[in-house]
Amino acid sequence: MLLRQFIKNSSNPPLTPPKEGKLPPFGRVGVGQTSNFKTMKKELNIIGKSHQKLDGKERVSGKAVYGHDIELPNMLHGSILRAKYPCAEIISIDTSKALTLEGVECIITANDVDVNNIGYKRDHPILKKGTVNCNRDEIAAVAAQTKEIADKAIQLIEVKYKIKEGVYDPFEALKETAPRINEFGKGAEQFGNKNVAEYFHYEHGNLAEQKAKSKVIVKKRYELPRVTHACMATSNITAEFNNFDGRLTLWSSTQVPFLYQRDIAHALKMEPSKIRVIQPIIGGGFGSKLDMHPFEPICVLLAKKSGKPVQILYSREEEFLASPTRQPMVIDLTTGCDENGKFTFREVEIIKDNGAYTSWGATTPFVMMQSYSSLYQVPACKFDSHAVYTNNPFAGSFRGYGNPQATFSIESNIDLMAEELGMDKREIRLINANYKGEITGQGLHFKTCGAIPALKTVIEKSNYDKIMAAPNTGRYKRGVGLGSMLHVGGGAKIYRSDGCGTTLKLDDYGYLTIVTGSNEIGQGSETVLAMIAMEELGIPKEKIKVINTDTDVKPWDVGVHASRTSFVAGNSLLGAIKLIKEKLNNKASQLLNVKTNEWEYKDGSMLFNGQEIKLDKVAREMHFASPHELCTVNYFYEPPSRFQDKDFKGDVSGNYAFASQAIEVEVDTVTGNVQVLNVHVSQDVGRVLNPIGLQGQMEGGLATGIGYALTEEMIYEKGILKNPSFHGYKMLTSTDMPDVHFYPIETYDEAGPYGSKGAGEAPLIPTAAAIANAVSNALGVRFYSLPITAEKVLRALSEKKLETRNSKQETNKI
Amino acid sequence: MIITFKINGEIKTQEIKSSLLLIDLIRDVLRLKGTKPGCLEGECGACSVIVNGAAINSCMYLAINVDGKEVTTIEGLGNNENPLHQVQEKMLENGAVQCGFCTSGMVMTTKAYSDKCIAEGITPTREEVKKSLEGNLCRCTGYAKIIDAAEAVYKK
Repeated sequence: MLLRQFIKNSSNPPLTPPKEGKLPPFGRVGVGQTSNFKTMKKELNIIGKSHQKLDGKERVSGKAVYGHDIELPNMLHGSILRAKYPCAEIISIDTSKALTLEGVECIITANDVDVNNIGYKRDHPILKKGTVNCNRDEIAAVAAQTKEIADKAIQLIEVKYKIKEGVYDPFEALKETAPRINEFGKGAEQFGNKNVAEYFHYEHGNLAEQKAKSKVIVKKRYELPRVTHACMATSNITAEFNNFDGRLTLWSSTQVPFLYQRDIAHALKMEPSKIRVIQPIIGGGFGSKLDMHPFEPICVLLAKKSGKPVQILYSREEEFLASPTRQPMVIDLTTGCDENGKFTFREVEIIKDNGAYTSWGATTPFVMMQSYSSLYQVPACKFDSHAVYTNNPFAGSFRGYGNPQATFSIESNIDLMAEELGMDKREIRLINANYKGEITGQGLHFKTCGAIPALKTVIEKSNYDKIMAAPNTGRYKRGVGLGSMLHVGGGAKIYRSDGCGTTLKLDDYGYLTIVTGSNEIGQGSETVLAMIAMEELGIPKEKIKVINTDTDVKPWDVGVHASRTSFVAGNSLLGAIKLIKEKLNNKASQLLNVKTNEWEYKDGSMLFNGQEIKLDKVAREMHFASPHELCTVNYFYEPPSRFQDKDFKGDVSGNYAFASQAIEVEVDTVTGNVQVLNVHVSQDVGRVLNPIGLQGQMEGGLATGIGYALTEEMIYEKGILKNPSFHGYKMLTSTDMPDVHFYPIETYDEAGPYGSKGAGEAPLIPTAAAIANAVSNALGVRFYSLPITAEKVLRALSEKKLETRNSKQETNKI
Repeated sequence: MIITFKINGEIKTQEIKSSLLLIDLIRDVLRLKGTKPGCLEGECGACSVIVNGAAINSCMYLAINVDGKEVTTIEGLGNNENPLHQVQEKMLENGAVQCGFCTSGMVMTTKAYSDKCIAEGITPTREEVKKSLEGNLCRCTGYAKIIDAAEAVYKK
């Protein structure tokens, strides 16, 4: 279908969901199994059964090599001097004392290097001169024989500053009187305000008409905090530059190696193909490694200048100070519904604290607008988002990519509308939920959709009725809250290609090497790829190798983001398997003198009509007999998604994931502490590929989501981080984790491998929303900002008491 | 100064600075890289090793204090015949490993705790198992599968 037709269709979305059948049964829920996709039809032996992590033994035995474990001959250690003040002019930098320290090999400042600005808007100098704009700004870097010497040398660099008054509130930065924060920002020309880094506008439907139809209109402001990924391995890089041929090798924990290669090349004015990116085992990503950060080209500059390999490892404090964060933002959301509870419109204005520079994080509205336009049926939507420069550290991308923030506001407003209308909070969601076949106002086409089954499942499984009916007096108050989400499930066409390449090699001994463009960042993608090869080619796990860590070897892929890896890399592998099977089928038919393409692949053999031949024999015959071919194939998969048009309309993903969560909490009204008791999560994953891996994604995502809701916040005062440690920044521990009850919904989407959809980001997206709704349900007080800390709960309770007392007094007077 | 200690079954005598941390002795001097530096401030537990039967944060422990003691790191588990210890097997079976950076610490903490429980003839409750892992942070798994694995150690 043409893009134009999508948009035309989308202007009048059907507003009533088809009738749903009974509540789905416990366990996996199959919906709409009408697909004729051939891989879905056949009986599967491997897919759908739990498989251990492919390289799990290395990881569990301490043998896996992370960036921190790399040692090269003559390797130096780098350290970075960062700004002392978040907003200042640099008067002078004196490195002379530091250079005399024994063991120091070289020092660089902005004056020593010829480089380009980096970042999505190219507004970020790798090393700063003239002005510093935030507390993490890189002023100078040292390479020395040990990390201790490098750190000591940093202390000896003397920088004179003229301190300036910074701007730490994006609303202040928008004022005409505010100073221009980023000298490279093009806000004045592009968006009519010097401190606007990026702006997104989206709309569909007739807003005025829908407002007029509305019985209830709720307008609220939501404030979302700055949180960080807190990967267990801190940021790291090792760089080796070869002077003879100008080639650079990087051991980097990037999650987008090919974009990274291009970014490093641009920053350092190099040819991309001269840069080899090797990914050691990555100790957590979650989106933090989507951008290239200044420390990475800085490490290369040190390696080039010293002529020796250089390694930079962040300390934990530096990780908190200088690695990315989720976007903090203020969301003004107005929503309406008619007298029956049918949604009429959403109007949203967002001010995001961009920080001093612009990263991929500034593009999160691309995801957020999908939720505002298309999570539930929305006849009209208007969305505006400004990312505003401040002297705070810059925000990056983080699992969920803006969606947890959007979903928190949407789901809170839904509860408020239901309360005002006197409608059941389950019913208002069910009558507005998305459905199969829907083309939303934005042009997203839900060819399969598990939204309603997911909602019904968590409502039933959570004992929603029972919890609501229970008496709620005394110190501990219980509540239950609902939250749903929509996210891309089949990649996202935002770069020129959203594809992934695969090379397959079957060797003379029947071992299969899968060379994939995709990356393993702990999420289990290589295990799923091995499972697909086991399923299709009948090769045992022990004979499968996955090569995925070297840009000189592996074919192109856009990277780990948008929950896309199993979808895109899985489809790419299936395409390559089809090609290698054609080769093997032809050869086996020739060898056994049969005419067929119907070979069965089982236990390392090919079978047809009672005849059997070993896979390795076929490969050897291909290799050693005329016409002498190797059993290798290449395939590149590009998803069937489309670019959105200039108005952000179009079917941007191969398919879409839906999920609902029902979360039960208990609030201690004396301490203000919120305890999450039970999480019921149901998610449309298309089809379960590796149950144990999927469940792990659910639990891990939920833990981050619960932290976002209740405990995690980077506390900044005038651009300075006050809690840069695990002691001050409260992640969940083992004792905080509630029981997770997971019910996957299988909708068998044609676009995904075996009908599957991307799943990794979804579990944390509706969590804060559901928890906030549950706390509100427990206490009768609503929270419009995260995290919902004990302090906030107690303050809200005392304000409520005061209000009640005052209103009683008012009544008495009358 | 010179210290003598047993590490992973082997007796070693080593000259060290008195300020050397145990994690640096293990990773930088002995080059046993399986012990992970997660925070170097005693908060995350990734660097947990076992000293005389107790799991400790090796980043908060001076190397001189292992003089005359027995240290076990992740490399000390398993042997040629059985390369993985039961705790490691359970971690794998239960899907407790994602990125794996916290895993060494989780394994060592679980081993020390389960050795103690088994020696005392105790089967801990799930809550007690959770409590035993409270000092080890993980960002990938949400702990559930790690707790499952640590509980599975007691199941025959």
